[in-house]
Amino acid sequence: MTTAPIPDIEFRGVAKRYGAVTAVSGINLTVPPAAFVALLGPSGCGKTTCLRMIGGFEQPSEGQVLIRGNDMAGTPPYRRPVNMVFQQYALFPHLDVENNVSYGLRQQRPRLSAREISLKAGEALAMVQLAGYGRRKIHELSGGQQQRVALARALVNKPAVLLLDEPLAALDKKLRTDMQIELQNLQRELGITFVLVTHDQEEALSMSDFVCVMNRGSIVQVGEPSEIYHEPADLFVADFVGKTNLLTGKVTGSSGASVDVRLADGSMISARSRGNLVAGQDISVSLRPEALRLEAPGDGALKGIVRNRIFLGSTAEYAIEVPALGTLMATSSHQAALGGLFEPGEPVAIGFADGAPLAFPADTKNGQKQRETKDVEIVS
Amino acid sequence: MRAFIVAVFAFLYLPIALVVLFSFNAGRHASELTGLSTQWYGKALSNPFLIEALKNSLFIATTSAFLAAVIGTAAALGLARVGLRTRAIFDALLGAAIVVPGVVIGIATLVALVQLFGAVNPVLASIWPGDTAPRLALGYGSIIAAHGLFSMALVSMIVRTRLATLDRSLVEASSDLYATPFTTFRSIVLPQVMPAIVAGFLLAFTFSFDDFIVAFFVAGSQTTLPIYVFASIRRGVTPEINAIATLVLCASVLMVLLAQLLLRKRTRSH
Repeated sequence: MTTAPIPDIEFRGVAKRYGAVTAVSGINLTVPPAAFVALLGPSGCGKTTCLRMIGGFEQPSEGQVLIRGNDMAGTPPYRRPVNMVFQQYALFPHLDVENNVSYGLRQQRPRLSAREISLKAGEALAMVQLAGYGRRKIHELSGGQQQRVALARALVNKPAVLLLDEPLAALDKKLRTDMQIELQNLQRELGITFVLVTHDQEEALSMSDFVCVMNRGSIVQVGEPSEIYHEPADLFVADFVGKTNLLTGKVTGSSGASVDVRLADGSMISARSRGNLVAGQDISVSLRPEALRLEAPGDGALKGIVRNRIFLGSTAEYAIEVPALGTLMATSSHQAALGGLFEPGEPVAIGFADGAPLAFPADTKNGQKQRETKDVEIVS
Repeated sequence: MRAFIVAVFAFLYLPIALVVLFSFNAGRHASELTGLSTQWYGKALSNPFLIEALKNSLFIATTSAFLAAVIGTAAALGLARVGLRTRAIFDALLGAAIVVPGVVIGIATLVALVQLFGAVNPVLASIWPGDTAPRLALGYGSIIAAHGLFSMALVSMIVRTRLATLDRSLVEASSDLYATPFTTFRSIVLPQVMPAIVAGFLLAFTFSFDDFIVAFFVAGSQTTLPIYVFASIRRGVTPEINAIATLVLCASVLMVLLAQLLLRKRTRSH
């Protein structure tokens, strides 16, 4: 192999506008064969628009969308080698389960024999554990079963790419976890590229090989889940993916990849620099709750008072009030295991490993929108 | 308040109830009840003029309702794709067609058809290769056209309502599953709107079957059932007329109920 394999999907400088409104712009993305990719972002970030441009339901205003190396401009949805699982499943209410599943097969030319169609439909239903449900009516099925029918209806056609538009949003938590595992297994068994659109960062991190984080019509970061979590490209990603504490401060000096920071409470820390930071600049420092170490007063870099504690068995979550910095969330596992729990009202010091704090240019617009939901009330 | 409601309904339905009651009159006068019998039904159904008028009415109602269903559905489907402004204009025109009084539709259609025939017939006569050119005249055709025109507006409104509730993602899903636009229309859209089309057909049929005013203007020498009834009344109201009216009433109520049932069934199963 001298050349790289042809990517299943490629966006080249794609933009989509509706009148004066720009839905997405400057989208460049390459999805390698047999990958599980998640398009992650808050609602209105343009992830569904991107998915619909792959499906052919929207045409890009600018740039190209390629599927297996072929420019899809002007190709209608019914000529594209992709299938979609719609958000509300979009099962045909007047057809039974088997006729829903075999709908795509019956459009194939040259025609498949009736025997072949029913055989394939049966296999697809067995694959999603619905063997024997062929004659059921759609409205007789539960939400989880409808989801499986939608999946079988798409996969029975052996598409080059399977598109999933928030497929788990309508399911309850237990079913959702089951389906996440099932989808991952299906993707590995079939070796088909899955493109998942979701606003649920946990779902994106747990299921996909690559996560493409989007915000306000642009791709912010593409990477493996652990990279997205540990090395967020900007403040928005740091805040949107996983839980984090954001502390305000000012740069006092820099040395290579790290900067010295004076936090709002006056304490000095060293943080890894993300972006071009210069002395005197206002910044935000991101600290993951699990990176925080609670210590007896006097040792750590920050001092605070325990406000609340939730004991979760293997871990404990603390809300710690630090004067001038606000309330910090800390997840601690070893203290809980050793029985060294801190009590509400107790003063503590907070420490963290070198390299744990990440410094970002302060941005009042980006990243702050998730703040309110992050400040969850903790009761002890 | 309750007494008022009772009065309103009595005013609406008492005359109809009387017609039904007197259709079972044993006597020969429409105004005094002298006993119960179904003899007038037998008499009505063996009246050759009446049967002729009934056949005319059935033919006209079926044809005009069928035309209205086809054209009205096509209009509704077309309107789903045009811009907002065009759609608003067409909606207004369709609504107007429904509220314009029958007398106006009757006169307007009569004038338009007579003008048209006056212009077309000489041309037809001059270009016709044979000796006797066909002449366009009032009759079946003109009643069907007049009824179809009104009913078309009715059907397209009913189908529009159904189309508006049709889940757009079903069409996209079909398209995603390799179905061409025509296949999508045939296997997804049409089955979804079919109850509305049938309901529209039934209402159009009922309208045409019952209509007197429009038919009266454009019928020419043809006689429909309502026209026959009207003509008979001028010779005096007999229980036979009441029997005919009762039969027409039953047929109409049945059709409208069926239409309602069809329109409701779909919305429930969705």
